[in-house]
Amino acid sequence: MATAATWHRSVDQRERDRYRRRRSARRGIVALASTVVVLGLLGWGVAQAPGWPSVQQAYFDPEQARLALPEVAGGFVFNIKLFLAAEAAILVVALVVALVRVVPAPALAPIRLLAVVYTDVFRGTPTILVIFLVGFGFPALGLQGVPTDLFWLGLIALTLSYGAYVAEVVRAGIMSVHPSQALSARALGLSYAQSMRRVVLPQGLRRVMPPLLNDFVSLQKDTALVAVIGVVEALRAAQVRSSADFNFTPYVVAAAFFIAVTVPFARFADWLALRQLRREQGLAVG
Amino acid sequence: MSVLRVKGLRKRYGGRDVLAGVDLTLDSGEVVCLIGASGSGKSTILRCLDLLEPVDDGTVWLGALDITDPRVDADEVRRQIGLVFQAYNLFPHLSVLDNVTLAPRRVHGQRRRPARAAAMALLDRFGLADKAMSYPDSLSGGQQQRVALVRAVATRPRLLMLDEVTSALDPELVTEVLTMVAELREASMTMLIATHELSFARDVADRVCFLHDGVVHEQGPARELLDAPRQRRTQEFLRRFRDR
Repeated sequence: MATAATWHRSVDQRERDRYRRRRSARRGIVALASTVVVLGLLGWGVAQAPGWPSVQQAYFDPEQARLALPEVAGGFVFNIKLFLAAEAAILVVALVVALVRVVPAPALAPIRLLAVVYTDVFRGTPTILVIFLVGFGFPALGLQGVPTDLFWLGLIALTLSYGAYVAEVVRAGIMSVHPSQALSARALGLSYAQSMRRVVLPQGLRRVMPPLLNDFVSLQKDTALVAVIGVVEALRAAQVRSSADFNFTPYVVAAAFFIAVTVPFARFADWLALRQLRREQGLAVG
Repeated sequence: MSVLRVKGLRKRYGGRDVLAGVDLTLDSGEVVCLIGASGSGKSTILRCLDLLEPVDDGTVWLGALDITDPRVDADEVRRQIGLVFQAYNLFPHLSVLDNVTLAPRRVHGQRRRPARAAAMALLDRFGLADKAMSYPDSLSGGQQQRVALVRAVATRPRLLMLDEVTSALDPELVTEVLTMVAELREASMTMLIATHELSFARDVADRVCFLHDGVVHEQGPARELLDAPRQRRTQEFLRRFRDR
C-alpha cells in the first residue's frame, strides 16, 4: 500500500497541477489589471470633471482637515460613548420584548399586548422623529427624575427606536429554532425557562448574529442624529468647523471616523459567522 | 412491581382516534417493543407518556403516581423518563459532552466535575469517548443517535423510551445503535421501544405489542408473537413486512 511518503504524482497529475498553476496565475494577473484599469479610469474621470479643482478644495483640503481633526475627534468620543451605552441598553430591551412576545405565560398577556404596540409604533417612526420627541418632549414634562442631560435623552431615544428593530430580529431568531429542539430539551426534564435559556436562545441568537451586528453598524452611524437636539458630537463639530470657513472638508473627516469604526465591525461580524460555521459543521470554509 | 401502567389511553388528531383505548404494562427491567404500520400511533403513545402531548382520556401510572392528573408536575415526570427521538435532536450548539451533561447539571443539580466524569464514563463505555469534544453535526448519523442514547441514559431514567431510533439511519449504521440498545438491556434498563426492526424486536424484547386501529391488537412474548401470531391482522402485517 502506498503511503504519503512513497507516493509520486503520476505524469498526468503533474500535467494537471501545472495547468492549474498557470491558470491561477493568469487569473491573478487579469484581476489585478482590471482593478488598476477600473480604478484608474474612475479617478481619471473624476479629475477630468470641470468642477474637480473646486470640489477638491471644498471637500479634500488637507489644511482644513488638520484644523477640523481635534474638534471632530473630540465630538466622536461622544458618539462612541453613546453607541456603547445604547448597544447594551438595546440588547436588554430587545431580549425582554422578544421574550415577552414569545413566552405563552398567561400572566404576561397584557404586557405582550404592550410589546406588540411598542414594536409596531417605534419601528414605524423615523429615528430622527423619536429623537426630537424624546429630546424636547421629556424635559418639557418637567417630571422629577426624568433626565434632562442630552446624553441620557439621546440614549433613551436611540434605545426606544432600535430596541423595536432588534427585538424583532431576536424574535425571528427564537422562532427559527426548530420546535424539536425545545421538545427534546423538555423531554430531558428541563423546564420551559431552562430550555429557552440553554437550548433555544443560544441557537436563535447565533443564527441572527449577522443581522444583529448589521443593526449595530447602523446604530453606530445613527448616533450622529442626536446632533438635532444640540449635542456636540462628531457631525455637529464638523458642522461648526465647516461653517467657520465655508469648507466641507470637516464632514469628510467625520465620515472617515465613522467608517474607521464600522469597517472593522463588519469584518468582525464576518469572522464570527465563519467561525460558527466551521465549529458546528466541521466545514473547511476558505 | 410495574414501572408503567397504561389504561384506556385515548388521543384524537384531526377527528381521528389515533389512540382508541391503549392498555399496556411494563415491569421493572422489562423490554417491550411496539410494532405496527406507519401512523398506527407508536410515536403518539411515547409522546403522551412523556406528557409532551395532552392526553384525551385514560390513565397512566408511573410507579404509583397517576401522571395524567393535571396537578402533577410534568417536568418532574419527564425527569424520570428518557425519550430518544428518530431524528436524534442533539443540540447543535453544544459539544457532545455538553449535550450529555446538560440535564444532569441543570435538572439534577450535579456539579460540573462529577457530571463530566460520569458522562465521559458513559461515552467511553459506548465507544464515543474520542467524540466528547466534537459537535453533533460533525458526527455520522449512527454516532449522533448513540450520543442521544447516552444523553437520555445519563439522567438515570426509570424508563427509557425509544422512538424509531434507527429509522433515519443508513443500513450499515443501524447495527451499532441496536448493539447499544442490547447492552442497555443487559444493564436491566426498563425500555419501551417503538420500532420497525422486527428481527431486533425478536432479539431484544421480552414482549411485543402489535398496534392496530388505535389499540394493542395483540401482544405476547416476542418470539411467540412474531413467529406464530394468532390474530389475522397481525399475520397480515408481519407477512407484508417480510415481503419487503
